[in-house]
Amino acid sequence: MMKKILLTALTAVVLLLSACGSDQVTLQVFNWGEFNHPDIGRMFEEEYGIAVIIQHYATNQEMYARLVHQGGDFDVLFPSDYMIERLILENRLAPLNWDNIPNIFYLHPYFETLPFDPQRTYHVPYKWGMFGIIYNTTMVHDPVYSWSILWNDDYAGQIYMYDAARCTLGVALKLLGYSHNTRDITELHAARDLLLEQRNRGLVRAFQGDLIRDSMIAGGAALATIYSGCAWWMMGENTDLNFAIPVEGTQFFVDAMVIPATSTRQAEAEKFINFMMRPDIALLNAEWIGYSTTNRAVLDMLPDYWRNSQVYWPTDEVFARGDMFRDLGDFRQEYYDAFMMVLVGG
Amino acid sequence: MKKLFAYPYIVWMAIFIAAPLLLVFYYSVTATDALGNTYFTLANFRRFFSPFSPDMVQPFHERIFVVVALRSLRLALQSTLICFVLGYPVAYIMTRKEYSEKSVLLFMLLAPMWMNFLLRTYAWLTILERNGLINNLLGRLGLPMFDILYTDAAVLLGMVYNFLPFMILPIYTSLKKQDPKLVEAAQDLGAGQLGVFLRVVFPLSIPGVVSGITMVFMPAAATFIIPHLLGGRQYFLLGSLVEMQFLNIGDWHFGSAVAVIMMMMMVVSMVVLSFFDKGGENHGRGTVI
Repeated sequence: MMKKILLTALTAVVLLLSACGSDQVTLQVFNWGEFNHPDIGRMFEEEYGIAVIIQHYATNQEMYARLVHQGGDFDVLFPSDYMIERLILENRLAPLNWDNIPNIFYLHPYFETLPFDPQRTYHVPYKWGMFGIIYNTTMVHDPVYSWSILWNDDYAGQIYMYDAARCTLGVALKLLGYSHNTRDITELHAARDLLLEQRNRGLVRAFQGDLIRDSMIAGGAALATIYSGCAWWMMGENTDLNFAIPVEGTQFFVDAMVIPATSTRQAEAEKFINFMMRPDIALLNAEWIGYSTTNRAVLDMLPDYWRNSQVYWPTDEVFARGDMFRDLGDFRQEYYDAFMMVLVGG
Repeated sequence: MKKLFAYPYIVWMAIFIAAPLLLVFYYSVTATDALGNTYFTLANFRRFFSPFSPDMVQPFHERIFVVVALRSLRLALQSTLICFVLGYPVAYIMTRKEYSEKSVLLFMLLAPMWMNFLLRTYAWLTILERNGLINNLLGRLGLPMFDILYTDAAVLLGMVYNFLPFMILPIYTSLKKQDPKLVEAAQDLGAGQLGVFLRVVFPLSIPGVVSGITMVFMPAAATFIIPHLLGGRQYFLLGSLVEMQFLNIGDWHFGSAVAVIMMMMMVVSMVVLSFFDKGGENHGRGTVI
């Protein structure tokens, strides 16, 4: 995450410098850190004469805080499904003009109808993935197919849990057989207590975000919960690593491009979204970020070992284990409270 | 005319110190209801000292945010103490060196601070990691592994490492200011080495010690990056709590209340320290006369 904060700071400086320039249209893009090819902005500017400034965030919540609480001036955002649902409910998104986005033609059929915006009025899917377990095959000797391995005392002190309330509570909820969108406080507290027990038994090495990647690649721990796209990249760096999507079910997510209602440059923003969906550009991004693409033309262009990988493109049976996070309304506070309790320990 | 020169700073202070403080205070005593109306309340402060959920019965010191506050205080006090024990001798030795050596030592002390604080803390991750620098070395020598990353020892190490110069510098400055004649006078009057130190040098350096303690204690109590990176978020401190409220949860009211409570703790510790400071000065003067 720190890397991303640094990136954000850096881009903010660039922003300040370039703000002193001319009065031509400049698009403000706000994306996840490391989730677009670094040349994309320059390429778009060369082609359309529209300057692009790309800033980065590390979490959906950070993006939301910048957009809503700090009144950020953005034209294209890349939030996740449940966050888009929230933004739609709060009337913060602009409906897209599809005439400006003909490249939607390349959208893979998996993503035609998604529950958070079933008519696809506001979003263009960008990337997707599933939450699962990455493990080091030289350290883990049991088969990894269930979340319950994260409660196995053989791996005490060798497990990284993800530093995000919904992901980590979601693991415990799924293990208990509940929905990770539950609004039942008893179920949520049962999940919280399961995580507290895991912590108090000394199983957890740390709650970390992006730092998990470097540490797992270096053999710093045996098991970690992480997203498939990260796992795919890490497995390329260290061949001892493998990735499993547990049978109890997990989170399936889609990050999509949306335009905030406050944007004053909607037509240009749509041009940018269309550009990002163009197969050559989408391929460039897909190969750079390692997360699964939503572009069917790109899927055909990727190397065979990407397409045939269970991590990059799971079979239908594995794909069916995933379901999406939904916006929880005011109940989301309960998730934050429960997770804070897990972090503080008690 | 003199007043005129003060204006830029007064404006600066109004915009960057007074206004944000007022804002934080305003947020801490207000809340927003479901309809978006803001109203005054002390609920944010009550929440800090209450059991985590209303159905829980917990003794005061086991209440979640009190646990966090006590943990922050403990770690801040520990790191301040360690910084003092390590820092005072360094400052003392530095003042007793020749000029050229002194500047080399001072340079070595300050050079790491030219690098970004975040990068230096990141570096510790690589050093302490299970397959990191230290363990690699130990492994090659056939020694057992040393795994303190993500424990409070690592957090403490990070704090001491980052804040040590802030302890050494003020002590060094106050020691350097001392007139060597005072030491000679004490020796003439029959004080031994220990006597000179305990009755002249140390009492005169107390103002430096006090500002050193303040400059270490406060950032140590407020830091959130160090427990986040080196503690693996399992050593949740007050700073982490504020960060979480603002960045993840978006509850600015409660976050501000926590910040105000932290400021109160700081004010109290400053008052206590300033009491020592005064006592030290008088005592010092008495010794010299």
